[in-house]
Amino acid sequence: MTDVHTATGPDWATEFDHTSDAYADAAPEVWDELRATCPVAHSDAHGGVWLPTRHADISAIAHDTEHFSSEGVIVNVFKPYGLAPMGYAPPITSDPPFHADARRLLLPAFGPKAIASLEDGARATCRELLDELLAPGTDVVDAAREYAQHIPVRVIAAMLGLPKEDGDRFRLFIHRIIEKPGEYVGTIEPEDTLVHYLTQHLRRRRAEPPQDDLIGYLLATEVDGEPLRDEHIFGTLALLIIAGIDTTWSAIGASLWHLAQHPADRERLVTDPDVLPFAIEEFLRFYAPVTMARIAATDTEVGGCPVAERDWVLLPFPAANRDPEAFERADEFVIDRQRNRHVAFGLGIHRCLGSNLARLELTVAVDEWMRRIPDFELADEAAVRWSTGQVRGPRELPIRILRTAEVGA
Amino acid sequence: MRITLDSEKCQGHGRCYALAPTIFDTDDEGYAVLLVTGDGGELSPDQEAAATLAADNCPEYAIEVAP
Repeated sequence: MTDVHTATGPDWATEFDHTSDAYADAAPEVWDELRATCPVAHSDAHGGVWLPTRHADISAIAHDTEHFSSEGVIVNVFKPYGLAPMGYAPPITSDPPFHADARRLLLPAFGPKAIASLEDGARATCRELLDELLAPGTDVVDAAREYAQHIPVRVIAAMLGLPKEDGDRFRLFIHRIIEKPGEYVGTIEPEDTLVHYLTQHLRRRRAEPPQDDLIGYLLATEVDGEPLRDEHIFGTLALLIIAGIDTTWSAIGASLWHLAQHPADRERLVTDPDVLPFAIEEFLRFYAPVTMARIAATDTEVGGCPVAERDWVLLPFPAANRDPEAFERADEFVIDRQRNRHVAFGLGIHRCLGSNLARLELTVAVDEWMRRIPDFELADEAAVRWSTGQVRGPRELPIRILRTAEVGA
Repeated sequence: MRITLDSEKCQGHGRCYALAPTIFDTDDEGYAVLLVTGDGGELSPDQEAAATLAADNCPEYAIEVAP
């Protein structure tokens, strides 16, 4: 294989660790270098993992559920086994044919028309957060911790029917599961886990009268005359909490990080509001937060490289989004890009179930921020910290507010 | 220009419905429904720009707009 080195990193073609700070800091450059020199990389980290970076290879894997199982979607040295076809968090961890039924149960609640009805609530949440943020005398705020991270937590909590004050606990659970998989094993109190939290909550809900929220819906749902199995409900709730929060937080934070450094793009959003939907898609392309994973179901190949049954394969959708074979001016952020077939939400049967919700939250979060804070910059570039692992976004993002505007003025 | 939708490829990304709501609807599960059904998918001239935009933004390459 070819040696691929960024200024400070390891040999990315053979020694990458997608959960390391070095990878998190330089991911887009790493993908570009690998795509040009070693488009299907392999590392022994986490028990061995493949990293394709071409759009064509990533698309082929995402569409090939015969050779690539979703039994495991977060690379971990503890590889799931014997859980197919449901997996531990249906439908994201499910394979056909079970997958289609598990997904169909949830699709109506996440369709574009159902999600549109959440816009007013999401806007109110953003305005409330901005009111708190813009206390008199404040000039530097952390846009990741004080703004972006609260939005998806509150929206998904309301949708599921969970108390919004539980948000801090969700974030801790998610951090353990996604950002540092494996690292916390054996060091946590059983009462302080997502498993315990959901078990307690479901027990309470079963004892209460039915409510009109997503948990109420799952508890009342029957398939072929049978209620859903406990582990199905449990896994789906875990998925909705885990998948909907870090990801959207990351997309909102990355978009504000970009705008803080690009005055012309801020100006364009202020003077030409019609560009917003295109800008949102370009944020999603350029800063796609999610890398998924698969486990090879059989001996197979990726881009000509032999992959053995049970090998982990990462699906870095953000790398696909920067492939010059698939996008014109792939390495440039083009705020009004007209042709944008980005794959931030994946491809194939596992297309992100929450994509309409994520788009709504990102749109509203950027729009409300720009209405109140049209001018801002990074307060300390060195203090920006990006998450590690399969969800990428700024976790610390100090922003200096240069100008505020009154809403409705 | 004619438009075709390959429903086998559609995964419900919802881009066409967002960009060309007079040409696409969605079903209850979020999958695309083509509203231009008559005359082999023939588009009126005022629909062509929106139809092309929808096709150019479909991640699954499920929409084709061609003479």
